[in-house]
Amino acid sequence: MANTLQFDIVTPDRVVFSGPVEYFGAPGLAGDFGVYPGHAAMLAALTIGCVHFTFGDKQHYAFVNSGFAEVSATKATILAESAELAENIDEARASAAKERAEARLREHGEELDLERANASLRRAISRLNAVKFAN
Amino acid sequence: MALKDVKVKIAGVGKTKQITKAMYMVSSAKLRGSQQRIERFRPYADKFREVLEELAGNAGGNVHPLLADRPEPKTACIVLITSDRGLCGGFNANLIKVALKLAREKQAQGRAVRFLCVGRKGRDAVGKAGFEVIPGGSGGLADFDFSLAARIGESVVKDFLEETTDEVLLVYAEFISMGRQVPITASLLPMKSFSTEKPGGADQKSAQAHKAESTKGSVDYIYEPEVEELLAEILPRYIKVQVYRGLLDTAASEHAARMSAMDNATRNCDEITRTLTLLYNKARQSAITTELIDIVAGADALQ
Repeated sequence: MANTLQFDIVTPDRVVFSGPVEYFGAPGLAGDFGVYPGHAAMLAALTIGCVHFTFGDKQHYAFVNSGFAEVSATKATILAESAELAENIDEARASAAKERAEARLREHGEELDLERANASLRRAISRLNAVKFAN
Repeated sequence: MALKDVKVKIAGVGKTKQITKAMYMVSSAKLRGSQQRIERFRPYADKFREVLEELAGNAGGNVHPLLADRPEPKTACIVLITSDRGLCGGFNANLIKVALKLAREKQAQGRAVRFLCVGRKGRDAVGKAGFEVIPGGSGGLADFDFSLAARIGESVVKDFLEETTDEVLLVYAEFISMGRQVPITASLLPMKSFSTEKPGGADQKSAQAHKAESTKGSVDYIYEPEVEELLAEILPRYIKVQVYRGLLDTAASEHAARMSAMDNATRNCDEITRTLTLLYNKARQSAITTELIDIVAGADALQ
């Protein structure tokens, strides 16, 4: 059995990652999950979070903003609304976004779209986490 | 016309030509960019279709609210995508015409019509025609990414689920070729049967290929969460994918339309310059002739 699977992270704007990996983990809507080559065919919805994958004895991290993953024995594809590899994340911008989202949640006005503010906070935190794990 | 006037006019036309030529080149560069974006979007759109078809086959008879037809639709929302700027021939006018015609048809059926517009041209025209324009479709085609499609998608899905809208339609320009961009009306919500609806002509081939593949050996998928929940996650996203496709296509069409409009303008400038130059030369010739006659007559008088 092959010990790698073809792994793609695809967003509407570009293919973020494409290559063979030995393992990957993703933030499923129903909980985090990990996939090794030879996994049963699966279709899973993803939430905002970090994807990590290994190839060549190295861990790689990426941020994904919801979407879903399609997994088969030799191939896995993540379709995300947006995704970035940890090395491409603008840390300063993510921190700024985090502070902004926190401030908005603290003030909590009448017309605040709670869901939206929460989502942007989670996105910012996940981005920062991806960077943190990678270093 | 006086000699000097003609000369000024020729210079003026020359300057116009410089501008139209520059606009032509800018548009062709931008068109390349837009086409690349369509190219890059294709893997996502193809995969999305595959997954949806897979799901649709396994979803069973249950009906998701986004799929359900409203028995008596009272309101309709038209998402109209146009460009922000003119000087692209009949491009925006055609789109607006199609959208307004559609709106009047819906009104004739007794439905209240509202618009959600992307692009300044469409928004202005629709507002002038007296239709209600929902805020939220702001931002132009000049610089957009998936988040614009996501915002529009979320907003129409929310309105639909809250039953403030019973029907959502999308009007955009499909990019067929450099010389052909056609206004298209697509139905977004309710999604009648997403498995047969094609997101675009170019994707059809791969979809057919996929269909052939999937009939060969159907895979038993593990669904996480359950099919119903998964469908609830994926269907609203499909709206966004369709809107994004509309945005990309319209952007490419706009640049193509502007290219051909500017190419025509440049050619017209050349033609006007030719006629004016002829006029100028004739006038100059006759001025010289008159002068010569004057000199000769003067010399004659002296003898």
